[in-house]
Parts: sequence; structure tokens; C-alpha cells
Amino acid sequence: MIAGACAAARKLGLSPGMPLANAQAMVPGLTVVDATPEEDAAALDRLAAWCLRVTPMTAPDPPDGVWLDTTGCAHLHGGEPTMLSALLEQLDEQGYVARAALADTPGTAHAVARFSGASSTVVNPGAQADALAMLPVSALRLDPEHGITLRRLGLDLIGQLVTAPRGPLARRFGPALLRRLDQALGRVPEPIQPVLPPEVIQVRRSFVEPIGTAESIVSVIALLVAEACELLEQRGDGARRLDLLFERVDGTVQAVRIGTARPSRDARHLARLLDERVEEVDPGLGIEAMRLVLPLVEPLALTQHGGGLLPGEQEEADLSVLVDRLTNRLGPGKVYRMQMLPSDVPERAQRPVPMHEPLPPAPPATGWPRPIRLLERPEPVDALALMPDHPPQCFTWRRVRHRITRADGPERITGEWWRRDGELAAVRDYWIVENEAGRRFWLFRQGDGVDPATGSLGWFLHGFF
Amino acid sequence: MRKGVGDSGLAGLRAAVAALERGWGTTGETRPDATLPFGLPCLDDHLPGGGLTLGAVHEIAAGGPEVEHGAAAAAFAAGLLGRLSGPVVWIGPRRDLFVPGLASMGLFPSRLLMVEARRDALLVMEEALRHPDLAGVVCEIDGKLDLVASRRLQLAAEGCDVLGLVLRRSRRFDDPALRQPSAAQSRWRVTSLPSAPPLAHAPDVPGLGPAVWQLELMRCRGAEPATWTVEAPDAQGRLAVAPVLADRPAAPAPARRAVARRAAGHPHP
Repeated sequence: MIAGACAAARKLGLSPGMPLANAQAMVPGLTVVDATPEEDAAALDRLAAWCLRVTPMTAPDPPDGVWLDTTGCAHLHGGEPTMLSALLEQLDEQGYVARAALADTPGTAHAVARFSGASSTVVNPGAQADALAMLPVSALRLDPEHGITLRRLGLDLIGQLVTAPRGPLARRFGPALLRRLDQALGRVPEPIQPVLPPEVIQVRRSFVEPIGTAESIVSVIALLVAEACELLEQRGDGARRLDLLFERVDGTVQAVRIGTARPSRDARHLARLLDERVEEVDPGLGIEAMRLVLPLVEPLALTQHGGGLLPGEQEEADLSVLVDRLTNRLGPGKVYRMQMLPSDVPERAQRPVPMHEPLPPAPPATGWPRPIRLLERPEPVDALALMPDHPPQCFTWRRVRHRITRADGPERITGEWWRRDGELAAVRDYWIVENEAGRRFWLFRQGDGVDPATGSLGWFLHGFF
Repeated sequence: MRKGVGDSGLAGLRAAVAALERGWGTTGETRPDATLPFGLPCLDDHLPGGGLTLGAVHEIAAGGPEVEHGAAAAAFAAGLLGRLSGPVVWIGPRRDLFVPGLASMGLFPSRLLMVEARRDALLVMEEALRHPDLAGVVCEIDGKLDLVASRRLQLAAEGCDVLGLVLRRSRRFDDPALRQPSAAQSRWRVTSLPSAPPLAHAPDVPGLGPAVWQLELMRCRGAEPATWTVEAPDAQGRLAVAPVLADRPAAPAPARRAVARRAAGHPHP
């Protein structure tokens, strides 16, 4: 199937949607490149970002379009026709073949740009119906089946659809058809969703004399952070990530990135986090300018502290300051919480959770004794035991022999067949055993001791009490 | 009159010395040390202040071959922290803690903040000890803890009522590093002992009763070293005094008893 065709290919009669075998039969020696929809989508996102030069409201319109809401922007570019031709010219310079249409509604602009054949069209205000009248119904972004049915009914053009009685249309095609028509004509609003983030906060200081000492860098950090926090406060946001860029005299840039567990605009805290990383910066011959960029901010409402129901009641302690400092010192993934999971298989009973994620409530306690330490993977031991349901008499682990005086068990833990087919028959029999010295171990035997399908009957050490 | 003066004079001197030790100056504010009682009179009466001092660092080590994994020592720490309320930072070199086990001692994962640190463990602990909202900080260290490092931790802990616990682990059996002096408020050693039969009246019934530990107070400011035999913490993190018989063989041989009775019936001349 052909996903897209260049202008030369279209001249030869090829069009998207045609089976590839047909195309190759029609045009011997055809150049075929595999379609990459993800890369196309990414490129479209980049193009939408590039279009920000025209208007602050842009959004990609997959598979092949970009919405631009130019309300109030045209006069900055010398009027609507000039703006469109300038935009097309710039796109042409980049190698894009584009068509543009400007109208009161996104629906009309979409239809005119794709189906009118002109490369640049400006639909006058209120003239949507005229502009659409001679275009095919498929220009209305309809379900393809609806388009075919309409054509079969003789309704080829949007103009015919406008004059057709609405009641039968709604009965036959449901509300979607009329909604699309009304959106195109401007009877129903259709806002476009700008996906691009609002302006990124950044503050910059350049210096008359290049700086290089840690003290001077720290004092500049304090200035930058204070400025950024003021901007954050105006917007009601808190920073989650901060990039501090050092522009050096030799033209290179060094960067330090810190993150916070929850949005913060506490200048002292943020400055301290950055200060701790200053030693990683190599000032070289000197730093000309420093720039603080906040690529990730989240809303941070003012909160009132205290005020629990009881006078002495405290809210949950705020550990985010400590967490941030430890995370920035040790690196990501080193500060975490443990979640207890509802699984009897010990390896699956706990899971580290990053600090910024909420911790789900623990499953209800089962009451079975569980060890304090769990070996990462069970270690095989040589054990002497009466099959099938006696604890081992003794076992040897790491060349030390432990004679068992007391034991409790077995606690049978079966495989979780809903995770993997192979676990359907798997069984582990766990024993808590105590050696002569009183030390307690958690041993298990693979298999139930009777049926070889349930496990190999090997003994393993899994934990310590 | 004289007695009263003498009492207050001695108490005043003690308070002044304590204040000097903690760097508060000779006069003015002296606050009584907050403590966490064990709930066992024999331990609490022995310890100054009637329990484990909060706002201080305590060392816990396992005895014998357990020192590598220190499960009993970790359970002892979890039991202590399970009886406090508030968040706990647990710093360790490896991810070998089993949270359901900690929860069974009363230390639930919702209170736990885990930090994986090896070389920076003491730095992280110092940082955490200065945080006022924490109930406790546990730091597992492999090997050495010198006097300077432990003094730093102790000073950091004195700011607020946080319980600082250092779990000493070592890959070496009987590591001399564990016997070096440190500035911790107290040093404990937890060693497993053979436990009693689950049913005292029927010693032949298989099964396991509560684990029994030998709890050694090896060093403590203001108290003599001492040893107790206790049962491992229950679901609320409380220790219990172990039955005295715990150390004896589970079932005395009946033949012996017969001999004893005969001996009692027919005393030797």
C-alpha cells in the first residue's frame, strides 16, 4: 500500500492508498521507501513548534497538517495574504511542499487547503459556505464510509449537503456528519488544542568580566534563582527541573541539571541544590554568562499549614527538601520507597517506587511470618530431609553446615499461573528453620516432594529472620 | 534541709555536666533527654533516663556469624522504630531488606524512605539526622565507623528528638573494626539464642515459638554494660522477657529424672 507519493509519482498516476504491486506494475523501477509514521509524527510536531514564529497557538494535525490560530497576529506580518505567502516561502526554503488556507473556522481552512487546489487561499470572513460549496463532501473530515454513501446518494458537493434537509441526514448518518458541517460553517465552535507548552521560564546574567571562582558562581546562582522564583510566583507554579547553563569564554556550554520531588519555588532550597553541584563545573578560562532554564514546572498553590482537626495534629511531614538533596547527591533511583504488593511469591511482594509517585496502600497483612532480609536470588543449599513433608535435618550453605533443631512449616506458595504459563504447576514449600545457635533461616524446597512436575526438589535459602 | 540542698546540688551539678557535654552552656536551658522506653522494667531501670535516648546515635551489631546479614539486629531496630511515629529513613548499601518482614515488627512501608548509599552512607545519615520531621534514621554500614565520624553523627542527632541507629555489618566474622571505640550514645549486640519449644508443657510438639535473643549492652553513657535474654519484637515492636528456661535443652531425658528422684528418695550417707 502506498502511504505517500511525491509530485513526480502523482504525475505518473500513482496515488496514496494504491496497492504497491499495482504501482510497481505501472512504473517499473519505482523507488520505494518504507513509511515511518512515528518519525512523521515527530517531524510534524517539530514543524508545529517551528510555526510558533507566526502565532503562539499552533498544534499538529496528523497526518499531514498543522493548525495555526492566527487570531490577532496577521497585522504583525503585514496582513493575511502576505502572512500566508511569507509562511509558504519559508516552508519552501526548508524543502516542504505546503498549501495554506485561512478561514474563520478550522473546518473550512482544512477543506480549502486540501481540496481547492490553490496553494494559498484566504477565505473572507463569513464566506465559508461559498468557499465550501464546490468542494467534495470528503473535505469535511468525514468517516470514509459516510463519504461513499453520500456520493451514492448523489450528494457530491458540500453545497448540496448544505441545502439538503437536515432531518433525514441526521437520521441516516447520525450527529457526526452535521457536526462536521456546522463546525466548518462556524455554527458550532471548534477550538484547537495547542499542545506546545507555554513559554519556558529562563533568566540569564552575562558578566562584564568572565568569572571562574566557586564563590562568584554561587552568588550568581542566588540572583538567578531569586529572579526565577519571582517569575514562578507570578505564574503560581513551582519548578520540578532546573537547568543551569554556563556559557564559557571559549564558546562551549556546560550544564548542570537538578530535579525536585515536588514543585518548589523556595529560592533558598533551589539555590542550595544548585550550589552543591557547582564543583562539577569546569570554568575553563572563565564564564561569560549563566542561564537558568526551568523546562519543567508544575502548578504550586499556596497551602496553609497546620489546621488539623485536633489542635496538636500535624500534617504529613514534608520530606521533599531532604529527598531533593539526597537525590541530587546520590543520583536518581537511589532514594525510593517500598511498596508492598499483594503477592505471596517473595520476589514479587515488594517493589521500589520513586519518591514523586504516590504510594498505594499496602495489601492487608496475611499474618504469615516473613524474614527481615531477603536474598536477591535464592541460593542453593545441600539439605538432608525426609520427603515429602519433613523439614530438613541439616543443610550446608556456603560450606558451613547448620544442624536444625526446630522448624516450622511448610508454607506452600504456588506459582502465579496468571502471569506465566510455566508457573501453573510450580510449587515452593517454605520452612522457617532454627539452627543449634538459634539463628533462623527461611528455606524452601522446589516442588511439593511428590510430583516431579511441581519442581526439582532442590533446597534453597531465601532469607534471614 | 541539708539533705534537700545536697540533693539539688548534686542534681544541679549533673545537669550542668550534661549540658556541658551537649554544648548548651553551663546555665539556662537544660532539657530532660527524651527517651524511648523498652517497656521492660529490667532494661528501662538500667538505662539512664529510663530508655533509649532520643536525639542520639546508637550502634547495633549482630553477634557471631550473623554479622554479615544482621537480620536480628535489623529486626531489633525495626521494633524500636515501630514504636515511634513519623517517617523513618533507612540507608543501606544493598537492597536486601524485606518490607513485609519489617511491617511484621510494626514498621510499615508508608513510613519508610529508603536510600541506597554505600560510600556516602554516613554523609546521608548526617543530613537526615538534621531533618526535624523524622522519627528515626537507620544506617547500615559495612566495616569501619571511626571516632570522628561517629562524633559528627552524634552532634547532628542532638539537634532534635530523632533516633539514630547505626547497624554495623561486616563480611568478616569477628571483625576487629566492630570493636573500635565510637562516640555513639550506646552500643548493643544482638545474638540469636536457641528458642524455647512453642508449647512449654509439650516440648515434643514441633514448631517455632518467638525467637530469643541475647541483648548485650556493650557500652552506654551513664550505665554499666549488661546482658539480657529477650524475645524478638511482636507485631507492635515490643520486646518481652524470655522465659528463663530458654537456654536449657528442650526436653530433659526421662532417665535422668528417674535418677534424680531416686537420689532424692535415698540420700547418700
